[in-house]
Parts: sequence; C-alpha cells; structure tokens
Amino acid sequence: MKKVAVVGYGNTKFTKEVIPIESLLLESTKKVFDTTRNLSQDLVDGVIVSTNDSSKYLAAILSELSGIKPKVSHTVEHLCSSGTNAVISGFSYIASGLVDTVLITGADSVGNPGQVLEWDKSRGEFNHPIFWASLFTKAHKRQHNTSEEELAIVSVKNHKQAMDNPNAYSHNPYTISEIMNSKNVTDDLRILDCSYPCSGSSSILLATEEFAKKFTAEPIWISGIGQKTNSASFTKNELPTLSSSIMAANDAYDMAKINSKEIDVAELHDAFSVCELMAVEDLNLTEKNTGATYIRNLFNTENRKINPRGGLIGAGHPLGATGISQMIEITQQLQNKAEKRQISNAKNGLVHNMSAAGTSSTVLILES
Amino acid sequence: MNKFEEELRVGNFVTSECLYCAKIVWPPSAYCNNCFKNVSWRKVSPNGKLIEWSKKNNDIFCIAEFENSIRVIGKLDSKNVIPKPGQLLKFTKCALNDKPRFFFILD
Repeated sequence: MKKVAVVGYGNTKFTKEVIPIESLLLESTKKVFDTTRNLSQDLVDGVIVSTNDSSKYLAAILSELSGIKPKVSHTVEHLCSSGTNAVISGFSYIASGLVDTVLITGADSVGNPGQVLEWDKSRGEFNHPIFWASLFTKAHKRQHNTSEEELAIVSVKNHKQAMDNPNAYSHNPYTISEIMNSKNVTDDLRILDCSYPCSGSSSILLATEEFAKKFTAEPIWISGIGQKTNSASFTKNELPTLSSSIMAANDAYDMAKINSKEIDVAELHDAFSVCELMAVEDLNLTEKNTGATYIRNLFNTENRKINPRGGLIGAGHPLGATGISQMIEITQQLQNKAEKRQISNAKNGLVHNMSAAGTSSTVLILES
Repeated sequence: MNKFEEELRVGNFVTSECLYCAKIVWPPSAYCNNCFKNVSWRKVSPNGKLIEWSKKNNDIFCIAEFENSIRVIGKLDSKNVIPKPGQLLKFTKCALNDKPRFFFILD
C-alpha cells in the first residue's frame, strides 16, 4: 500500500450567507491552486466532492470549472461525516496505485438537506438533532453528574479558540454565564451548546510520496484510518456513549501504530457540547468519567489541544466541509503553521467526525 | 408508503418479524436483515420501559423500549411525576401525518 500525504489545502470563510454550492466548491479549490507550488490541472488525477447538497454531478461540474479532466470523479454523501469519508475514498485510490493525486472538496450551504435524517422513523416527531443531543446530555448528566457549567465550558472554550480562526463563523467570545443563560432549546440543551449549520467549503490535495515532493516540503501523512457504522437509527445507541467512535478510534490507533497518549492535537466532532465530553473519553484521550474535568483543565490552562480551530461550535458546521476543515487544521498544526492557534511541537494529530447522532464515526490519524 | 407507515397512519404500531430466524426486524423493513426472507408483520406489545427522557416546553419526550429491542421516541404522559429510566410505561397511541408520532404513559 502506497503512503498518502496531505500536500495542499484551501478554506473559505464559514458564514450564514446563502451561497450556491458550485461557487463554494470552486472558491476553496481555487485556494488550493493559489497556494500549492507546481500544481497544475493536468497533475490532478481524481476529484471527489463531499456534500449533502441535492445538486447533481458536482464533481464533474467542479472539474470543469477548475479545468481538470480527472480519471476518477464522484460525490460522497455521508451526512455530517461526508468529508472524512471522502478522504478515505481519496486515500484508497492513491494507496491502491490507481491514481497519484486526488483533490477532495467539501461544501454545503445553509439549509442543506443533511441536517435531518427523515428515514429514521424511530425518532418519531422528534427527528431534529436537538432531540438526540438532549437525550445524550440528560444521560451524561445522570451517569457522570455532569453540571450545566461543565457543559458550558466546552462551548466557551471552543468559541474562544475560534476567535483566532479567521475562517470561523463565530468571532464572539462568551462567558460561562452567557452560555448557561442562553435560550433553552429543551430543558437539557441551550442554544449556545449547539453548532450552527452554515455555508462553507474546504479542500485538500492528497498525493503519493513521489508526487508529494513536487507540491510541498512539508507533507503530512495519513497514518491511521478507522471508520465504523453501527446503524442508521439513533435509538440503537447506548446512551451516553459513542460506540462507533470507540471502534473507529481503536482501528485508527492500530493502523497508525500509536496509542492515544501520543496524540498532540485533536479536532473532535462537537456538534453539541456533550459530544466533546463523550468523545474525549471514547477516543481514550482521557480516562472514563474524567471528560468534564479534562476539558475544564484545558480551558483553565488555555491549552488548545482539543478543537484548536474552535470545533463545530465555534467554527460553524457546513456539513460536507467540516471533515475537510478538520483535516486542514491538523495539517497546519503538524506543519507548525497554525499561527495563534499553534500547539507547540505537535507530531501526531487526530480527526474525529461523526454522522447521524454518532451512529457512524470516522477517526483519522495524521503525522508529520 | 411501506407497511409500517400504512399501519401507523391508521393507529397501529407494528413491527416486522422474521419467522425463519425467530427475530424482530427493527427498524421495520420488507426483508429480514439476517436471512433476507420476507418478513411478517404484527402489533408491538404495548408494555415497555423508559430508556431516557428530556423536556421541551410542556412536553416530555423519551426513548421507549418494547420487547427488549424496539425503540422509538415519543411523548410521555408522566402523570406529574419525575420519570426515571427503567420505569415501566405503556404505549397508548400512534399516528402518521407530517411525521410519525408515538404516545406513552407511565405505568
């Protein structure tokens, strides 16, 4: 199996503005071409689009708009983890020897249809994500004695870290009190504990070891991949655990031949505050029943190890772009190019991306 | 519209079941997810238990489990007591208009 590296990237700003999907896709792709040395259209073998948008044939449209005539082009849809699933596809095409380079562009616009999974009839009339988030939160409070303040700290931390992310949707610093007193969406969920759907696009270029040298002096290697789908039905989850994330992480750590203690920086799927508290434990970044204390300590010491770009809560959540944006953040961290967000001496990074209430999870390990 | 939705629309909460594998097939489907033979359909037992709950405005919504495997989210009449996971409940009615709707009452 060939080694695969991230060799280029581009982000748009995440915004509440409604923007046509084709414009979003092109914008972040242009940034890859603007910033990657020696890159020309004839060197791009594959084009994969990750999105929940209902428009058709987007990989071909993006290819045409970018002047690329790829050997492989298609769309990947997997709800909120479309981005990392597209990365797995691109990785596989390169690792197998089918192609040498793949451009992966993720995008979604406000109001995209990926936010509610109508198929899941077991959710009854409570099919919006705020309801599964409320039930996870209630169960977390019950099992771990999690306080409202501990939940709020996740959101305060991630909004604060997003202040240094120029592409983040939110640049509002909030206090713990402001989060705790924000509007109750349900009895167990406040509006500022929720990530926001928004418009945005993120692109990365993947390449073989031979081609990587042409594009960058600092390739970042994808060393571990775990992807696990347990079901498509939220109600099959055992609350408050992300079992698909546990299995995906174990596979990714095994493939990368590292353990969780060697992870220096991580982008976690904080669709809601409780998701970050569950994920730090389920990915074994801290011991069981210590998630809230762990996050509080990071916040108190201004340690940005978890969600340095602000996570989904601070940066915004344009579904198809999110996983790619997480990849870009970890790549920049491992290249020591994350500016004010930089974690010192980061060698190994992790991306965690989930779909449909944690019924499916992807974990990717990157190394410098 | 599939059989589950047809029955829901007339107020019946049904599940698919594989008689060959002797297992409930949930979520409802036309074929068994083990042997892929055609399923049969029957009403779900109304006696269930509470898995977890929360509240929006005056409505308690909860995950209810029936027959140790069929889970759905619906509205709970808690009879003005604070519900606890594991408590027994009863399915009272269901409907399908713009969305599926399930209703339960604490035992």
